Amino acid sequence: MKKIKYITGLAAVLASALLLSGCEWDLLNPAGYVAHQERTLMYICVAVMLCVVIPVMIAIIVFAIKFRATNTQSEYLPDWGNSHRVEMIMWGIPICIIIVLASLTGYYTFKLEPSRVLSATVAGDQKPLQIDAVAMDWKWLFIYPEYGVATINEIYAPVNRQVFLQISSESSINAFWVPRLGTVLYAMPQMNAKLHLIADVEGVFKGMSANYSGDGFNEMRFMWHSVPQDKFNNWILQVKNAGKPLGRAEYLDLARHPKVGDVAAKKKDAQVRYFSNVEKDLYYRIVNRCVADGRICNERLMARDAASSLWGQLCSVFDADYKFDNTTSQDGA
Amino acid sequence: MFGRFTDPNDQTAQPFYALMHEPIVLYTCIVVVVLAVVVLAAITLLGWWKPLWKNWITTVDHKRIGLMYIILAIVMLVRGFADAIMMKGHQALALGDASAGFLPPDHFDQVFTAHGVIMIFFMATPLLFGLLNYILPLQLGARDVAFPFANNLGFWITFAGAILINISLGIGNFARVGWLAYAPLSDGISSPDTGMDYYLWSLQLSGIATTMGAVNFIATIIKCRAPGMAMFKMPIFAWCALVSNVIILIIYPPLTVAFALLSCDRFLGFNFFTNDGGANPMLYVNYVWIFGHPEVYVLVLPAFGIISEIVPTFSSKRLFGYTSMVWAVLVIMILSMLVWGHHFFTMGGGEQVNTFFGIATMIIAIPTGVKVFNWLFTMYKGRIRFEPPMLWAMGMMFTFVGGGLTGVLLSIVPADFQLHNTEFLVAHFHHTIIGGVVFSYLGGLAFWFPKVFGVKPNRALGIASFWFWFFGFYFAFFPIYIVGLMGETRRMQHYLEPSLQPYFIVAFFGAVLILLGILCFVIQVILAIWYLIKNKCTLPVNENDPWGDARSLEWSISSPPPVYNFAELPQVEDEDAYWDMKRRGVPRKTSGFSKIHLPSNTNAGFIGGILLLIVGFSLVWHIWWLAAIAFVGFIFTILCHSLLGNHHGYYISAEEVQKTEDQFTAVLNAKGVKA
Repeated sequence: MKKIKYITGLAAVLASALLLSGCEWDLLNPAGYVAHQERTLMYICVAVMLCVVIPVMIAIIVFAIKFRATNTQSEYLPDWGNSHRVEMIMWGIPICIIIVLASLTGYYTFKLEPSRVLSATVAGDQKPLQIDAVAMDWKWLFIYPEYGVATINEIYAPVNRQVFLQISSESSINAFWVPRLGTVLYAMPQMNAKLHLIADVEGVFKGMSANYSGDGFNEMRFMWHSVPQDKFNNWILQVKNAGKPLGRAEYLDLARHPKVGDVAAKKKDAQVRYFSNVEKDLYYRIVNRCVADGRICNERLMARDAASSLWGQLCSVFDADYKFDNTTSQDGA
Repeated sequence: MFGRFTDPNDQTAQPFYALMHEPIVLYTCIVVVVLAVVVLAAITLLGWWKPLWKNWITTVDHKRIGLMYIILAIVMLVRGFADAIMMKGHQALALGDASAGFLPPDHFDQVFTAHGVIMIFFMATPLLFGLLNYILPLQLGARDVAFPFANNLGFWITFAGAILINISLGIGNFARVGWLAYAPLSDGISSPDTGMDYYLWSLQLSGIATTMGAVNFIATIIKCRAPGMAMFKMPIFAWCALVSNVIILIIYPPLTVAFALLSCDRFLGFNFFTNDGGANPMLYVNYVWIFGHPEVYVLVLPAFGIISEIVPTFSSKRLFGYTSMVWAVLVIMILSMLVWGHHFFTMGGGEQVNTFFGIATMIIAIPTGVKVFNWLFTMYKGRIRFEPPMLWAMGMMFTFVGGGLTGVLLSIVPADFQLHNTEFLVAHFHHTIIGGVVFSYLGGLAFWFPKVFGVKPNRALGIASFWFWFFGFYFAFFPIYIVGLMGETRRMQHYLEPSLQPYFIVAFFGAVLILLGILCFVIQVILAIWYLIKNKCTLPVNENDPWGDARSLEWSISSPPPVYNFAELPQVEDEDAYWDMKRRGVPRKTSGFSKIHLPSNTNAGFIGGILLLIVGFSLVWHIWWLAAIAFVGFIFTILCHSLLGNHHGYYISAEEVQKTEDQFTAVLNAKGVKA
C-alpha cells in the first residue's frame, strides 16, 4: 500500500514537472523572426500531415476490430486484391499532401536561406552587427570585428538589430545553434558559413554546438544576451577594458585543447573570457588555416595550384608569377 | 614486435586502460569471458565439437547459415541494447556537470558510437541476412542460394567483424566519433587511439561480407526461381529483398572507399579528409551519407516485405495492390539514392541544393504511404486473427506512420534548420527504425519460427514481448521528442536544466519496458534452443502450414524443411503460389522422386573468416608482419578452395528422398491435413 502511494506520488510529481516545464520548449517559444517563421512552418506542416496520419491510425484500429476473425457478420472477400478506384485514392492522397508540403518547402527555403540578409521590413535598415564565430576544442570564440573585441562562450547583441554571423571551426565540425533564435548552421574547418539572425525580445538565450565534436562537446554552451543598445555599448566597453589582447600567438595558445578525460580542465577552458585588440585578419587566417607563421593561406594556395595546372596555364585568370608572401596580411575577408 | 600493443612510447594505445580504470568495462568483460568459457566447456563436455564443425561451421546450407546469422544478430542485439540502456540510465542521472551520472564523457562517447554501429551493422544487417537466407530460397522454390560457398564465407567474415568490434570492449577502446565517424574528428590527429581503427576495420569486414551477400541474393532471385515464377509472380518479400540488395550493391562501395581513404589518412599520412594539404572533410560527409541514407532503405524495405507477407496470411486474404506495391518499391530504390543531402541542409549549401534534396526526400513519403494503404486495404474485408506476428505488423503500421510524419517534417528544410541534430532527430529515427524495422523483423521471426522449428513460439511470451516493446518504445522516445523541442542537441553527456530530467527518467522507464520485451523474446529463443537440444538437433517433422492460410511456397513443405527443401521443384502459376495450389487442389507429390544434387560443405569459409579477423586485429594494433601473413593466408585459403577444392557436391538418393517425404506424409495423415 505504502509503495503504491509512493509510486502515485512520484508519478504526480513527474507529471506536474512535465506540464510546468511547458514554457521551456524553446523551439515553440521563439524569440526572433527566423525562429518564428520556422515554428509557423512546422505547425502548418504537422497539421497538414495529421490530416492523413490520424485517419490512417484510426482506420488500423477500426479495421482490426471490424474485420476480426471472430466477427463472422462482416463481409469477407478473400480474393479482392485490386481496385483502380482505391488505388487512385491511395496514390492520390499522398501526392496531394506532398505537393502542398513541397510548395511550402520551396517558398520557405528561399525565404529563410541563412546566408541571405533579412529584409528591411523585418530587420530595419540598420547595418547588421557582424560576429565571427569559431568553434574550437571545446569552446566558442566570438569575434566582433567592428569593435576589435572577442569573447569565449558569450554573445551580447542589441535587441531588434540584425546579426550577421560568419561561422567556422578550428578542428572538428560543430554547429552553431541558439534554439530560440532559429537556424542551426555547421561550423566547418576551412569553410565560412554565413547566418543571419535577429532577436525580437530582450532576454538571455542558451546556445550550443549542435554537432558532436569530441570529448568536451557538452561544454560548448554559451549564452546569447539580447539587450538594449546602451547596455550593449556598456558591455563592449567592459570587454575592451577587461580583455587581454588576441593576436595570432595567443590564438594558437587558445586553440590547444584540454586533455581528453580531464573534466576539470575542460570546464575551466570553457569559462567566459574577454579579449580586446583582436588582430585584424585573424578570422580570415583561421578560415584559411594560416594562423601559424610560415603557412600559406588556403585561398592563395588554391590560386597558385590553379594557376600551375594545365587549365590555369591555358586560360589563366590567375597570376602564376604572383609572389606568395605569407607574412603580410590580407585585405580582409 | 607487437606494434602498438607493446610500444611503451605510445601514450594513446594503452591496451588495458579501460579494464583497469572502468569498473563497468571490467565486470562486463568478466561476465562475457565466463559465459564464453561455460559455453565452450559445455560443448567440449557434451562432445559436440565434431557435429558442430560438420553440420554448422562448415555448412553451405542456406537454412543453417541463416540461423547462424540470426543468432549472431540476437547476441549483438543484447550487446547494442546494453549500450542503449546504459545511456538512458546515465542520462536520467546526468543533471549537472561532466562528472554527473555514471559514464564519464570519453566512455559515454564510446557507448553511443558503439550502440549505433552495432545496431545498424551487426544487429539489423545480420538479422536481415538471416531472414533472407532462410526464407528467400524457400519462397522462390530453390534448393539453395546461387553461391553457397560465398554465403558461408560471408557469414564468417561478418562474424569476424562482430568479434573484432567486441574485442574493443576490453582491449584498447572504441571510437568516440558517432556512428558515421565524421572527419576530421576521426582522423589521426583528433582520434589517435585504437578505437577508430577498430571501427574502420570491423566495418570494412562487415562491408565486404554484406556486398558479397548482396551479389549472392541478387543472383539467387534472378536465376533460381521455380519454374513458372515470373518476376511479377514473386512474393513481395522477394521483391523487397531484390531491391534492398541492389541498393546494397550500389551504396557499400562508396562507404568502403570512404573508409579506405580515411585509413590512408590515418595510417599513411595522406590528406583526404584532414584539415591540411587541400583536404576536404566535407567530402567525407558526402561519401558516408551517400551510403548512410540508402542504408535505412536497405533495412526497411525487407521489413515492408515481411509485413506484406504477414498481413495477408493473418487476414486470410490476397495482398491488396500487388503491382502498386512492386512499383512503390522500385520508386523507392531510385529515390533513395537522391536524398543524401538532407543530412546536411545546415551546411550552407544554398537554397537550390536544399530545396532539391528536401523535395526529393518528401517524395519518398508517397510510395511509402502507398504501402501502408496497401496493408490497410488488405485487412479490409478480411478475417483478421491476432496472432503475435499480426500484432507486430499492426504495431508496425501504427507506429511507422508517426515516424513517417516526423520524417517528412525533418525533410522540410527550414524545419530541419531547427530540428537538425537535436534529440527530436534521435527520437525520429528510432521511431522509424524501431517502429518500422525492429517491429517487422521481430514479427518476421515470430512468423517464420514454426517453419524453422516445427512448433509455434510460446504465444504468451510473444504477446508480452510485443506489448512491452510497443509501450516501451512510446515511453522511451516521446519524451525524447519533447527534449528536442526544448532545444537540446543529441549526444548530450550531461545537461544543466533541471526541467529536462523528468523526461529522461520517463525515457529510462521506457527503456526498461523494452528490456522486458527483449527478455521475453530471449526466453523464447532459449526455449527454442532447448527444444533443439532436447531433440538432439534433429527436430521432429511437423505440418507445413501451422498458421493456416499461408500463401507462399515456403509453407508448402514440411516444418522444418528437409535439407533439399523441395523434393520436386514446384510449378508456379500465381503470385500467391501455395494459396493458388491449395485452391486448385494440386496434390502433393508422394512418390516417384529422383535423386537430388546438393553442394558439399567446406571449411575454407571459417578459416578465411578467422584469418581476416587476425588481419583486422593486427592492423588495429599496427602488427604489420602478422597482418601480412594472415592476409596472404586468407588469399591462399580462398585460392585453394577455388582451384583444388572438391566442387562436385553430393547426391541425396531417390530412396532417401522417398523416406523423408514418407515421414512427412505420415505426419500429415496423422493430423488429418492435406498439403
